[in-house]
Amino acid sequence: MRIGIPGLGAAGERPGLLWWLLVALALIALMILPSRLNIAQQFNISIIFILALLALSMSFLWGYAGILSFGQTAFFGLGGYGFAVLALNLGETTFSLFAAILLAMLFAAIFGYFMIYGRISDIYLSVMTLVITLIFEKAIKSTSGEQYVIGKVRLNGQNGIPTVPSIKIPWHTAKELGIDGVFYLSAALLVLVYVGLRLLLTTPFGRVLVGIRENTRRIELLGYDSRRYKLAAFIISGGIAALSGVLFAVWNNFVAPEMFGLKRAAEVIVWVIVGGKSTLVGPIVGTAIVQMLKTNLGSQAVGEWLPLILGVVLMLVVLAFRDGLLPGIGGGIAWLCRRVRGGAT
Amino acid sequence: MQLLANYVYLIGYSFAIFVLISLGLAVIFGMMRVINLAQGEFIMLGAYVCVEATKAGMPLWLAIIVAGLAVGAFGIVVERLIIRFLYGRILDTLLATWGLSLFLVGGVTILYGPQSESVGATLGNFQIGDISYSRYSLVVIIVAVVLLVGTYAFWRFTRFGLIVRGTMQNAGMAAAMGINTGLVYMLTFGFGAALAGLAGGVLVPIVGASPQLGVSYIAKAFITVIAGGPLPLLGTSAASALFGTIDGIVSYKSSTVVSEVAVLLIAIVLLRLLPLGITGRLRRGL
Repeated sequence: MRIGIPGLGAAGERPGLLWWLLVALALIALMILPSRLNIAQQFNISIIFILALLALSMSFLWGYAGILSFGQTAFFGLGGYGFAVLALNLGETTFSLFAAILLAMLFAAIFGYFMIYGRISDIYLSVMTLVITLIFEKAIKSTSGEQYVIGKVRLNGQNGIPTVPSIKIPWHTAKELGIDGVFYLSAALLVLVYVGLRLLLTTPFGRVLVGIRENTRRIELLGYDSRRYKLAAFIISGGIAALSGVLFAVWNNFVAPEMFGLKRAAEVIVWVIVGGKSTLVGPIVGTAIVQMLKTNLGSQAVGEWLPLILGVVLMLVVLAFRDGLLPGIGGGIAWLCRRVRGGAT
Repeated sequence: MQLLANYVYLIGYSFAIFVLISLGLAVIFGMMRVINLAQGEFIMLGAYVCVEATKAGMPLWLAIIVAGLAVGAFGIVVERLIIRFLYGRILDTLLATWGLSLFLVGGVTILYGPQSESVGATLGNFQIGDISYSRYSLVVIIVAVVLLVGTYAFWRFTRFGLIVRGTMQNAGMAAAMGINTGLVYMLTFGFGAALAGLAGGVLVPIVGASPQLGVSYIAKAFITVIAGGPLPLLGTSAASALFGTIDGIVSYKSSTVVSEVAVLLIAIVLLRLLPLGITGRLRRGL
């Protein structure tokens, strides 16, 4: 069941004029917004954009290529750590940003090759990605000794790497992006990645990808090597997760092993299932809702209860809503409308 | 001689750890195809039950058995409340058990705090040459082997084992033969949980009980069962032997984290060569 909004078209179809208009409106709104907000609000909202990128990377892979990767946090963390180490060593950020993303994509390519080309079953793949991110976390946590140094940077194990520099403007390297700068950058990148993925899905590549999700065997009988497409999607989404990780490191000026952790990975899933994976906007909305709830509930008060609540929410959502929370509610409203209309005739 | 004995001991011990942490998962994930991310937390609960039971004055061996039974019962409750609605929805099971895992870690942290609690095992040491070994780790090896052989015999030779295997192979057919498949699923899940609880009880004197205990094992356990392939028990034993050997040698030469990474890399390469796991080519067995 697909809930389409007229004029927008379902993902996979060429987007209509209305969609472009909405994207432009959103972009303009995002660019005007910071002047109306104070610093703290800008700070809190930028993290939503950054984490929404991570959610997007997972939902693209899950919703359109049919690969459920729990280990997007592996690329998220690799991006963050890669950027931190490179930027602190080189004292330069533009190259570090791209290099960190490429590093994560390279890792995605190698790991993905071993998993996808072996035609390991989907469910094993999901679990293996999770295993990878957990082992990354463990490995990084164990690097607290003084001997674990890359270039000039100590990895610091559990304590993470502080003083990660902000992004410097490439043509004016003396100036670093402030809080509003990070806001603009992450908002623009989120819109860019969203539009990019949306258009990618309308290309032949995207169509084959969706075809693989629907019926792998049929696509293969048509002569496509499904493994190549899956691997490509895996690498792309690894890159997006790494971008999110870099921005997170910049936003926080700090990276820590928790970036790889189970809790972070679980949160990504919560964002995606709250927003639903059948659209690309869904996960962004899901991230925004969950993050805003978290900020407004005051993580101080919830504090140690957070994992407990998160766990209960996860169990309830899975048991009650199959397609995600927003589509579930949307479906419920549609059902009610049908009932009401049915009652009237 | 000395060196050889040392390696035999280390490898045997690593093998035992792999068997202990993955045997329950071999039943729940390998046989039932339920991806239970809370499996590590079952081990953790077993550890805490064991700690509480020894505090209440039970001898350690009894406390370990109590841990197994208690976690088995808990597993049955979990199956009734959550898992039974999710059979066949493999991804949803994964998410729900993940929620359960977070819930249990959070709950235990609130109840006991994040620090680790332990139980002393006073069995003393024994010597081979210059190096002394803890006698308790011999017990761990023996328990692991007994559990492995016992589980195998239980599935292979008892009537209940036959019914379970039949149900897992074709639940519809088993139901048509008059078997209450819901009950079988429930008991099998409970059995897998009980194995995890036992493992937690056995491991407590070595590693202590802390809320993060399960998280530190879950990755290893899943690698083992996945690398083992479609015959859960045979595959898990073979994978445990392989990974135990690597882990024993590498952790001795280097550190436990390096050995964990090494095991993971070997597993990834192995899955490229044998995507179905070690037992992927075997037709029958358990």
